[in-house]
Amino acid sequence: MTREEIALAPNMPKCWNPETKPHKFCPGCGHGLALKMLGEAIDELGIQDKVVFGCDIGCSLLSWDFFNLDSVQTHHGRTTPVITGIKRARPEIIGIAYMGDGGGYAIGAQHLVNSATRNEKVTAILINNTNYGMTGGQMAPTTLPGQKTETTPYGRDPEETGYPTLGPEMVASIAREGAYVARGSIANLRQLKKYLKKAIQNQIDGNGFSFVEVMSSCPTNWRTNAKETWSFVEKDMAEYFHVGEFRVPGQKEEK
Amino acid sequence: MSEKPVKGERRVFMTGNEVCAWAALAAEADIMYGYPITPQTDIMQYWTRLGPKFGRKFLQTEDEISAGFTTVGGVIAGKRAFSATTGPGNTLFQEPMSMAEMMRIPTVVIIPQRGGPSTATVIYSQQEVTMTTFGGNGEGFRIVYSTAGHQDLYDYTIKAFNTAWKYRFPTFVLGDGYQAKMREPLTIYDPAERGIKMVETEPLVGLPGTPGVDRPAQYLRNTYNTEEELYDVVMDIAKDYEKAAPEIIEWQDFDTDTEMDVLILAHGVVSRSAQGALPLLKDEGIRAGHFRPITLRPMPEEQMRRAAAKAKRILVVESAYGQFLKLVKQSLYGMDKPIDTLLRPGVGVTAEEIVDRIKEGR
Ligand SMILES: Cc1ncc(C[n+]2csc(CCOP(=O)(O)OP(=O)(O)O)c2C)c(N)n1
Ligand code: SF4
Ligand SMILES: [Mg+2]
Repeated sequence: MTREEIALAPNMPKCWNPETKPHKFCPGCGHGLALKMLGEAIDELGIQDKVVFGCDIGCSLLSWDFFNLDSVQTHHGRTTPVITGIKRARPEIIGIAYMGDGGGYAIGAQHLVNSATRNEKVTAILINNTNYGMTGGQMAPTTLPGQKTETTPYGRDPEETGYPTLGPEMVASIAREGAYVARGSIANLRQLKKYLKKAIQNQIDGNGFSFVEVMSSCPTNWRTNAKETWSFVEKDMAEYFHVGEFRVPGQKEEK
Repeated sequence: MSEKPVKGERRVFMTGNEVCAWAALAAEADIMYGYPITPQTDIMQYWTRLGPKFGRKFLQTEDEISAGFTTVGGVIAGKRAFSATTGPGNTLFQEPMSMAEMMRIPTVVIIPQRGGPSTATVIYSQQEVTMTTFGGNGEGFRIVYSTAGHQDLYDYTIKAFNTAWKYRFPTFVLGDGYQAKMREPLTIYDPAERGIKMVETEPLVGLPGTPGVDRPAQYLRNTYNTEEELYDVVMDIAKDYEKAAPEIIEWQDFDTDTEMDVLILAHGVVSRSAQGALPLLKDEGIRAGHFRPITLRPMPEEQMRRAAAKAKRILVVESAYGQFLKLVKQSLYGMDKPIDTLLRPGVGVTAEEIVDRIKEGR
């Protein structure tokens, strides 16, 4: 281990697999931060022996050996049904489906919608980075109006391509009693961890579907430096996507 | 689990779909995932009526992509999970089944073929042979049983679970709408009483103990970084598949011991017409034999070639426009045998039609 690695080691969540670190996400990528909060949430809940972690195709696939958790890497958009299938077969397992915004809101939207309406007792975590990271920065359902991507080189025109998907709002409006729905951000990690913990606890309690969208960064495809990256997450994205809990079991809706 | 759904042996008169549901029960299947499509839906309907009495589960999914991937999930969780679909549903199943091929996930799927292409008919065909044997972006590392009737449906649905779990390849029971909807007499039985032991299932995720502490974590994946890495994985699967093939292949032959004027090649329910044609042809003074592969994948190639070697000509008969023919040509490659065809996409074939075709010559 280098000095730097030794210095970093104590910060690593216990359920991370140290042998696969440093991880393979680009520098400044929000996936790593989200997975750190997820790791801490799992540690604090003490459920490392009960979780099955599923990751999608997209940059989320880079987490296939990220944790010391039994893990399955699936197909683009299909992590929700794989985890649903596991959970239905073995309800004692805590199933976590980890995906990108393309995976959850475009190609796998039918699975997200129907798992939510059926109130499947699984936890879905979706990384909103406003583009298709893995394939090199094309428009995603979450791309902001005016945002330039590889397939919207002149900026996203909502007239031609529609408006960005508001995922948690949509899920909250179709989910049943017992569902937990929130949107967090890598700009507020404490809050994000709280949401993730609640989303997993909600499954443990057998209440119903749990969904957390994470506003995240993709400096590689945004072609932004550190300052611009944070500004995009904290200002541009935050203007459009609102952080908060959209559904909490046993509680009135709050924003 | 509660008491056995099938005790001893029982003579019954059922539709093929009902037979499949009973067979899955008898085979100790734990959970079915599915999406309705005719002529498969009755399997789900019988399963949802019978299953809960024996502690078995069911999930109706949002589509067949989901049915396939939830089935994959059920299997990797260590349960004897299965599904059933056909036609456009089978098309959607190809994506999850390619994942099952790559990751050696022993799914079982029952396919009562309907007409194609597209939505076509809900009645009958043999037009899902290519898709079921070699569908998806893959190499066809699958096992496909083509059934000819209700006893077959019972026997091979039970067997499919054991073959899948023993060899760890996705396994299909390929029937058709006639078999699904018709009633026939058959014997249903408790597999144990016939000495059939169900192969134990095993979880691939959700193992006991804490990963990284008591044992290594399970990492299942189908994505690889380099060409070489992928090549090694695929070649390993190919090696296992080739090794298992001789143990898996099944076939039937009829009057193929002697020299033949014609050898009829047919599979599934069309084989019954071929069997029916043999005595009629004998009356006409034509020496005919029939070879029926029961497994279309892997194909009993050597056995087919041995039968073909004794015949002057080959006649391939199927309810599709040459899908089985393609598999036959591949199996008989290099043999100098004229091949005639009776190709009837999406419609049945009678024994008389086969006789007429043979009498009419090329
Ligand atoms: C069926 C299918 N279609 C397309 C692709 C190509 N593909 C791989 S990743 C991806 C987009 C990933 O974007 P997202 O889900 O937002 O994840 P990110 O990489 O941004 O984290 C696409 C389109 C695929 N793998 N499978
Ligand atoms: S491409 Fe974007 S989302 Fe993917 S690892 Fe790099 S920064 Fe992260
Ligand atoms: Mg994305």
